[in-house]
Amino acid sequence: MWRFIGSRLLQAIPVLLVVITVTFFLVRVAPGGPFSSEKAVIPEVKAALEAQYRLDRPVLEQYIAYLGDLIRGDLGPSFKYPGRSVNELIGAGFPVTAELALYALLVALLIGVGAGVVASLRPNTAQDYIPMSAAMIGICIPSLLLGPLLILVFGIYLDWLPVSGWGDMPGDKILPAITLGAVYAAYIARLSRAGMLEVMTQDYIRTARAKGIPEWRVVVVHGLRGGLTPVVAFLGPAFAGLLSGSFVVETIFQVPGLGRFYVQAAFNRDYTMILGATVFLSSLIVVFNLLSDVLNAWMNPRLRSRAGQNT
Amino acid sequence: MSTTSISALVDAEQGSSLWRDAWLRLSRNRPALAGFAVLTLFVLVAILTPWVAPYDYAQQNLELGATPPSADHWLGTDIFGRDLLTQIMYGGRISLAVGFIATAVALLIGVSWGAIAGYMGGRIDAVMMRLVDILYALPFMIFIVLLMVVFGRNMLLLFLAIGAVEWLTMARIMRAQVQSLRQQEFVEAAVSLGLSPLAIIWRHVIPNALGPIIVYTTLTVPSVMLLEAFLSFLGLGVQPPETSWGLLISFGTETMEEYPWLLFFPGLVLAITLFALNFLGDGLRDALDVRGAKD
Amino acid sequence: MLNVNGLTISFTSREGTTRAVDNVNFSVTAGSTTAIIGESGSGKSVSCYGLLGLIPQPPGRIESGSALFLDTDLLRLDKHALRQIRGRDIAMVFQDPMTCLNPYMRVGAQLMEPLHYHRGASQSEAKRQALDLMAEVGIRDPEITINYYPYQFSGGMRQRVMIAMALINEPSLLIADEPTTALDVTVQAQILKLLSDIQLRRNIGILMISHDLAVVADIADQIIVMQEGKVVECGDRAAIFERPQHPYTRKLLASIPQGQKIPSSISPNPLVSVRNLCSWFKQDNETVKAVNDVSFDIYRGEVLGLVGESGSGKSTLGRSLLNLVPATSGQILFDGHEVISLAASELKSLRRRMQIIFQDPFASLNPRMTVYDTLAEPLLLHKLETRSSAAERVLEIMDEVGLARSYVRKYPHEFSGGQRQRIAIGRALASRPDFIVADEAVSALDVTIQAQILDLMKTLAQEYGLTMLFISHDLAVIRQLADRVVVLQNGEIVEQAETTALFEHPQQDYTRRLLEAIPGKSLL
Repeated sequence: MWRFIGSRLLQAIPVLLVVITVTFFLVRVAPGGPFSSEKAVIPEVKAALEAQYRLDRPVLEQYIAYLGDLIRGDLGPSFKYPGRSVNELIGAGFPVTAELALYALLVALLIGVGAGVVASLRPNTAQDYIPMSAAMIGICIPSLLLGPLLILVFGIYLDWLPVSGWGDMPGDKILPAITLGAVYAAYIARLSRAGMLEVMTQDYIRTARAKGIPEWRVVVVHGLRGGLTPVVAFLGPAFAGLLSGSFVVETIFQVPGLGRFYVQAAFNRDYTMILGATVFLSSLIVVFNLLSDVLNAWMNPRLRSRAGQNT
Repeated sequence: MSTTSISALVDAEQGSSLWRDAWLRLSRNRPALAGFAVLTLFVLVAILTPWVAPYDYAQQNLELGATPPSADHWLGTDIFGRDLLTQIMYGGRISLAVGFIATAVALLIGVSWGAIAGYMGGRIDAVMMRLVDILYALPFMIFIVLLMVVFGRNMLLLFLAIGAVEWLTMARIMRAQVQSLRQQEFVEAAVSLGLSPLAIIWRHVIPNALGPIIVYTTLTVPSVMLLEAFLSFLGLGVQPPETSWGLLISFGTETMEEYPWLLFFPGLVLAITLFALNFLGDGLRDALDVRGAKD
Repeated sequence: MLNVNGLTISFTSREGTTRAVDNVNFSVTAGSTTAIIGESGSGKSVSCYGLLGLIPQPPGRIESGSALFLDTDLLRLDKHALRQIRGRDIAMVFQDPMTCLNPYMRVGAQLMEPLHYHRGASQSEAKRQALDLMAEVGIRDPEITINYYPYQFSGGMRQRVMIAMALINEPSLLIADEPTTALDVTVQAQILKLLSDIQLRRNIGILMISHDLAVVADIADQIIVMQEGKVVECGDRAAIFERPQHPYTRKLLASIPQGQKIPSSISPNPLVSVRNLCSWFKQDNETVKAVNDVSFDIYRGEVLGLVGESGSGKSTLGRSLLNLVPATSGQILFDGHEVISLAASELKSLRRRMQIIFQDPFASLNPRMTVYDTLAEPLLLHKLETRSSAAERVLEIMDEVGLARSYVRKYPHEFSGGQRQRIAIGRALASRPDFIVADEAVSALDVTIQAQILDLMKTLAQEYGLTMLFISHDLAVIRQLADRVVVLQNGEIVEQAETTALFEHPQQDYTRRLLEAIPGKSLL
């Protein structure tokens, strides 16, 4: 098992390197210097700023120096907000985004798995059509539609829930979490239904029934383990999607998270912020994919001992 | 050729190919057919928009301002007095174009990549798929945002960037299909007959791999359209004076309390398109399920 | 103990309602074995599953009948009561233990489950009983293996686990659905012996479903023959085997491969020569020596039988002869030409002369090609016919293999297994090869169809003077077809001899074990 984790970690390093390098050079190549939106600056101040951000040295040197910074965990100072470092900004925004993503994932798993399993027990009946239609709606109404709709209905017309901010007022975390999680609940519902349907036709389910154990146990103890494998495999891409989705949701609901900072940084050409946030988020995604792969392998006993292989 | 053989061939009952079986199954699936009809309608309207739109695209009527749906303006007008229906039609051209073109790009690259990697196997496969794995692990939303920022908001670039994201999954699916087919005995039989690898890929592998590819392509279009909508919503995709459904929704959100129709109608149209595509995709998946053919 | 009367079960689908089981009667008494024999579609499995309520009731429906088990009619019980009986008084053993055991659960947990649920046993008591039972069925080191997952056992051991799982609540009736079909012949013999020992010791009744008359001949007391849902004949062993009444029963008996091939004239020149052939593969960081230093000849005009159990490497060997599988080292000569190191273009012309017929008739045909396409492909490829002349030849081939000409535009999924195999044979013969490898070509077919296809192959081989390598695990079939036999074990040749010599005077222990394990000795 450890060999498996180790080899996956090793595979992750080239990925990260590619991410860092590509981002670094893309940002450098971008037309328009970081100060082009500012008013004209006195040459000496401009030079000092450039020195501080190492812009007067050749690009390759900047790159190596940046790598060194990364290893020390220093993501550099912000271009846009002098005096604040990227680490600070990420530190402020990330916990918010993480919490949002976590709640959204919980919503997605609870509703998704529940609906999917229930639907799979009686296929092609109302018990199946109703949750699956709801899931179809969830897939076809993206968060950029769902968010404003929920705001209109629950925030403005019914005035039940607050529509912006995070942690300022009770209940202001509900709508953003639901908006972000809805699509994933829908996908997970479909995946678990498909997985369960496939598993329940397997021979070993028939064996379990032949042993005379109660049906609920057949489904839960024997069926779920195999039936949920597609859901577990989906967790990796789901996490990446949750992070990206947070950009839109945080913008709609004015949540002060990393997603919103990132979008603003993109507009403002805050290079170190973009670079730092990209590296940070990419590393997170890589780690989470690793965890998801490990979980997947752990769930299949056959892969567990053979782990250390490239599947 | 002797006449007996010719007539024997002609008289022989036409077999029911798997494609025909699939088509029969699909035609029984009403939501899928409805989706196909809606989609065809939308695409036709999008192509014919310059001739069909009720108003000129840029025509403003500042005195009118934003008005709810009326006889003159079926879907209402925006704050500049522009007809919303016209806006949606023009926006649809962009959104649908991005959807189909980017998907086509992804299809072309992905299918070729996956087929070669899957069939060749060995070192070639390992190298090709390692590249896919690395690219796959990159957080794409982030990268596209980056690309848009760096290179400016160029429509062509948008197509290519989105297509470049989607080809990876396409390649993976194609490779998995090809690999499993390669192990099927009829491919071995073809090898034993003496067919060249190219002939085998063309005549034996690809026709049998098409099923999941068709399904996945149909389901990629909505996902691409959503990606464009997200980007435009964030202000990083399509820029005014061009418009797209994502952009319309973004503007509509800003004034949703006062003028809800500006959000509602573009949103409705986007949702209907997504429904149509997803129903069609699901229908295709059920119809092409090869397991049904094996008794 | 079990008395089934007038059982009728039907299935409803979009195409209509079919009677899978029609007015079927049979019974089982304690301490004896009743076997239900039939081919696919006979309804043998459905009848037994129906007894225990294991048939999904929406498409399936028990129309009528009674099943008296110790004074209770199983068919009249409600779900809850039926569930009590399942796994406690009546237990089942299934065909393929790999798919029939939960791959995600440890064997011990699966074993103890019925104990918990039916007898409310405590953890320690259940464990003790499980260990005892594992020892009884012959699983080695139960203390250790009780924590294994199914994939860690071999096929035979997994089946023992299934049997233990069925016996753990001391049922009075055991239903075994093709319990040995998926097992190697030596393992099959062991499992059958285990079942009869258990029957003796515990005085249980066994209801066994099988398609294999030979297996049934050794262990059944009562035999029920089913065809298309109906019982066509029933009786005790002597009655069925010595005085069969119904034509179908007679046909089944006639299909059991018996007798020996009359040796045909064989030229002294080898067509295929194999010297020190090795085919090694890397799997999980280990080297698997599928074929290890194998040397033999195949003479023109002969049928060479290649016999081995699973894992013996026989399939790999057959495929290497055609260069479908890369050889690691060694030499293969075909009519004097080196096969292994041949360049692609030369290989193509050689390929015309050697062909292969695979085991699975569905997987070996391209599902999107019609019969015409499949048969014409080799003709056009090797330029034996032009597009206009191909039609004639295709129809001729169909005649030769016994397919109606009107099927020429149909697709593989529209045919039965036997018919598909005929198409495959037609494809192999189209290019008029000199040499054919038949890799378990009849193993996936029903027994009556198997007999037909074997006859077809024999006729064609004779007519065209074909040289054949016939690979099989079924010794009876090999005896019927082969001039000489090669026995393979773990990638190495154990023995090779003329058929008669091998069967009557086997030299090696392994060969002897194989021969002893052949079921149906009571028939001879």
